[in-house]
Amino acid sequence: MNFIEARKLVHEYIRRDEDDNVESILTALDGVDLDVKEGEFVAILGHNGSGKSTLAKHLNVLLKASSGTLWVNGKDTKDESSLWDIRQSAGMVFQNPDNQIIASVVEEDVAFGPENIGVPTSEIWKRVERSLKSVGMIQYREHSPNRLSGGQKQRVAIAGVMAMEPKCIVLDEPTAMLDPNGRREVLDAVGQLNKEKGVTIILITHYMEEVIRADRVYVMDNGKVVMHGTPRAIFSQVDALKSYRLDVPQITLLAYELRKAGVPVPEGILTRQELVEALCRLF
Amino acid sequence: MSIILDKVNYVYSEKTAYEIQALKNINLKIDDGEFIGVIGHTGSGKSTLIQHLNGLIKASSGGIYYNGQDIYDSDYKLKELRGKVGLVFQYPEHQLFEATVFADVCFGPRNRGFSRKDSELKAFAALRSVGLSEDFWYRSPFELSGGQKRRAAIAGVLAMEPEALVLDEPTAGLDPKGRDEILDLVAKLHRERQMTVILVSHSMEDVAKYVQRLIVMNRGSILYDGTPGEVFAHYRELEEVGLAAPQVTYLMHELRKRGIPAAGTATTLDEAKQSILQAFSAKHGSVQR
Ligand SMILES: Nc1ncnc2c1ncn2[C@@H]1O[C@H](COP(=O)(O)OP(=O)(O)OP(=O)(O)O)[C@@H](O)[C@H]1O
Ligand SMILES: Nc1ncnc2c1ncn2[C@@H]1O[C@H](COP(=O)(O)OP(=O)(O)OP(=O)(O)O)[C@@H](O)[C@H]1O
Ligand SMILES: [Mg+2]
Ligand SMILES: [Mg+2]
Repeated sequence: MNFIEARKLVHEYIRRDEDDNVESILTALDGVDLDVKEGEFVAILGHNGSGKSTLAKHLNVLLKASSGTLWVNGKDTKDESSLWDIRQSAGMVFQNPDNQIIASVVEEDVAFGPENIGVPTSEIWKRVERSLKSVGMIQYREHSPNRLSGGQKQRVAIAGVMAMEPKCIVLDEPTAMLDPNGRREVLDAVGQLNKEKGVTIILITHYMEEVIRADRVYVMDNGKVVMHGTPRAIFSQVDALKSYRLDVPQITLLAYELRKAGVPVPEGILTRQELVEALCRLF
Repeated sequence: MSIILDKVNYVYSEKTAYEIQALKNINLKIDDGEFIGVIGHTGSGKSTLIQHLNGLIKASSGGIYYNGQDIYDSDYKLKELRGKVGLVFQYPEHQLFEATVFADVCFGPRNRGFSRKDSELKAFAALRSVGLSEDFWYRSPFELSGGQKRRAAIAGVLAMEPEALVLDEPTAGLDPKGRDEILDLVAKLHRERQMTVILVSHSMEDVAKYVQRLIVMNRGSILYDGTPGEVFAHYRELEEVGLAAPQVTYLMHELRKRGIPAAGTATTLDEAKQSILQAFSAKHGSVQR
């Protein structure tokens, strides 16, 4: 069985008036099928409001399906008794780091997760140190998280989940507030967890460049999965992506524009190196 | 008309063990109608800097002059300044607090003294301009997705019709189309209403494409201040301070190193495309541009 399996997953946000009558229904997930193998790195793209965060919240059971099924780590998310297991196996980094800061000192904040799942104290501090180092925040260990800049908070939130060493990490736009260097550091840290420790990664992002290193990409549109495949297969469909309000990496777009203008570079170029090589062959 | 910062210093948690000097001796003159980008590593002081511009944060020392008036004078109307210099916060959650999105967007113009009716008209126009579907106007801001909240927050500031627009990472969390739409909207306000715009961003590609003048912050000081072309020519130094140049700038450098005679200074996709096409047609005959 896959690590994550969703079948016809539906989520409706239902609003009721004072008398409990349904006022409005918003279908945020509309029959989503998702398969993620253990150790895979999967990216999820989609326009604002397409249902990405709603889907992410299902993966660690912060939300419950209106219909359809979802298994995580072999457990049906409908089964109340698996809740603890699932939350322990799927760690989550939220879109806004303010929502997940708990303690008043950075290192205690990072220690909170592992403490909560019963990691022995001596081990906790090793993990805290390791994860703060890997996000470049070790020098802030004694600071108050509320007094950090936006990007610094985000890094602390990521360290907190890393310290729990879950089998799977779901990251909801983790780099939205980071500088280019920080973005690279966080993605490298995530990539390393994936490659070296086999941690399953689900990355939600609006930065097309970040998707290149994923094994597979899912594209959502209005609560439905409308495309999935390797980054190269997805990014060779420039027009389809644009119709879903998305884009391709800047280098891919440049290659596409050059082709349209008559420069015969191959399709599906993803990286700068590939484009340099392709152009050098033409000169 | 202008905004002048004169030797501005700012220290958080002054005289405690956690004292941090977030701004160090900032001297800056922003002319009316400029379109300025601000980049810098996380924690470099960007948000602290721009919150000085509408008086939300008061400098620990130094002066700020808006159109020649000292905003720290005891009789200066700081409340009016907040309406003239519209600030969109880094996190929309810090800005949205009314029961519905619509009420939230009306708040700014009401506060600036517009009548109820005028405020509502401005709110409608602003909500429409940021591309937030009407389905969401009467919902609680907390029921919106990340990108929808962002749009609501931007609408709230646009509805005030400020003289200067200060945006702290306004495109973080927007989908690619939405990012282009919002930046195009800002560029249009700048062009058509000569609005002064200050855009804080972590996207080197976006600032390269839109701004005329680019300020680089590093550890609380201004490191560079010039056109995007001038600033990104320092791409090695930028890397040292946590930044980078746009992808296409690196591409052009590598092409030149490999002996392809393409210009080395492209910072936008269009510039890169044009110079590659030029080099290509010089060698292979003309191509369609
Ligand atoms: N708590 C809520 N109550 C009601 N509707 C909600 C709630 N949260 C989200 N929605 C709606 O559900 C839809 C999907 O939202 P979701 O947050 O999953 O989108 P998203 O793909 O993460 O978008 P973004 O890229 O903007 O973060 C949106 O239309 C949103 O308005
Ligand atoms: N409320 C606060 N109390 C104490 N220190 C703070 C506070 N807010 C920010 N700082 C510190 O001041 C410095 C500048 O922070 P600022 O938020 O201005 O950075 P920034 O350039 O906007 O960063 P980012 O790109 O991450 O948003 C940082 O070192 C930060 O830790
Ligand atoms: Mg979201
Ligand atoms: Mg900031």
